[in-house]
Amino acid sequence: MRRMRQRLHSALLLVCCLALFANGSCHREGGANVLFPSSNEAAGWVKSSDIRTFEAVDLWKYIDGEAERYVKAGVERVCTSDYKYQNKIDAVVDIYTMANAEGSKRIFESEPAGDARSVQLGDGARLYSQSLIFHRGSYLVRIVAYQESAETPQTLFQLGRAIEERVTR
Amino acid sequence: MAWKGETSRRDFLKKCVTGAAILGANSKVPLLEASEREASAEKSRVVVAHDAMLRGNGTAVDSARVLSLLDRSMQALFNLDKPSEPWRRLVRPGERVGLKVNALGGRGLSSNPQLVEAICERLQEAGIRAGDIVIWDRDTDELERVGFHFSTARNGVQCFGTDRIGYEEELVTFGSVGSRLSRILTQRCDVLINIPVLKDHDGAGVTAALKNMYGVIHNPNKYHPNGCNPYIADVNMLPEIRRKVRLIICDATTASYEGGPGYKPQYAWRNNALLVSQDPVALDYVGWQIIERKRSEKGLKTLDADGRRPHYIATAADAQHRLGTNDPGRIAIVEV
Repeated sequence: MRRMRQRLHSALLLVCCLALFANGSCHREGGANVLFPSSNEAAGWVKSSDIRTFEAVDLWKYIDGEAERYVKAGVERVCTSDYKYQNKIDAVVDIYTMANAEGSKRIFESEPAGDARSVQLGDGARLYSQSLIFHRGSYLVRIVAYQESAETPQTLFQLGRAIEERVTR
Repeated sequence: MAWKGETSRRDFLKKCVTGAAILGANSKVPLLEASEREASAEKSRVVVAHDAMLRGNGTAVDSARVLSLLDRSMQALFNLDKPSEPWRRLVRPGERVGLKVNALGGRGLSSNPQLVEAICERLQEAGIRAGDIVIWDRDTDELERVGFHFSTARNGVQCFGTDRIGYEEELVTFGSVGSRLSRILTQRCDVLINIPVLKDHDGAGVTAALKNMYGVIHNPNKYHPNGCNPYIADVNMLPEIRRKVRLIICDATTASYEGGPGYKPQYAWRNNALLVSQDPVALDYVGWQIIERKRSEKGLKTLDADGRRPHYIATAADAQHRLGTNDPGRIAIVEV
């Protein structure tokens, strides 16, 4: 009887472990944390929200009609988090994980450069007055700021550099 | 499609400037179903209201100026003198009014809370109880992320997403669509005021009034192929939607001409305008032309040349749908 109970406990434990392991969001949250700089890793930038993750199949819930373009380019998921710079600038960071480097490059190149400044970051980058986009390997990173000021582009670039270091590891 | 060629489109854009004169001759507009408007000889009015100083010297819109812009829009649409009069014509005390906003674009490109607040103020002045007003979209978190505050207090304006009360079990169909409707629409609203945002859309070309109804159904992801055509028009034919939408106030204070529907500041501009109409097709048509003008100014291809012409607008106007008109000759644009 005691042995049976032990076996039952072991079986339950195994089921719980499997369930935990199979729970993608927990697993991926851990993975996503690795990609996002912690507070002040880029000077002045504080991570201000939890990371949200949207798998390819649910991408439409986050970016609506744009999802199809990413799916065609082989997106696996996007992880997103908010940041604040010295309580002056709010920004959102989206890190798309594509199946390969071609996918991230494809999305990057599909967007008109407009009045972007070309900057040295990752495998290709564009810096605007309120946003930064770059791709590095199979990652595509987009940072959007909600306030425009003289210092916004430079601070976005610094945050971008910290992310690049993370995704390169 | 109504366009017969590029000349026709240019002519239409010129006419936009003189739209006010056309409208000035018109009398008060009674509330008509889109199909009735279609049958009548009267033109569909689309008010385009601008305020260059909407943000003062800052970047955020000024609440008082938004209210004033809304008043000018509504008075021009209904050709009435006082700010409260159009609302009294639009709604009746005791009706429950849903304000379907668009929060999917995130901060920067969603229905402006100041605008929605102004609408709530005018509705209450027209005799609608605060507790009979619900601000809503698909998801409560999304609403909160763009600046709305969750509330289910019975004595105040309510604000929550369909995620809180779910979708109807029953599937409703029209043409190519079969969807379950938000219970907020079916159980909490007698009247719907559609408050979309003027945006470029990667699949559909343009998103404004008609496309915003994707936020009312449980399965919008199924309806993005083929530039969302004929799905957008079909969704708007679902009886609960068609019957309840009474007004569209399109937030074009910030609009996007590329890279939509998400917010990419490099492709957005501070347009400082509202588009107001009772004809969703005419409004989308006018919105499309505004986006085309901006694309041209920025040296971008037309949406047609980019393979993203919003064909759904013509579909919404066709004989199977009759949701409004996309014929520039039957649209009176009023610029105020």
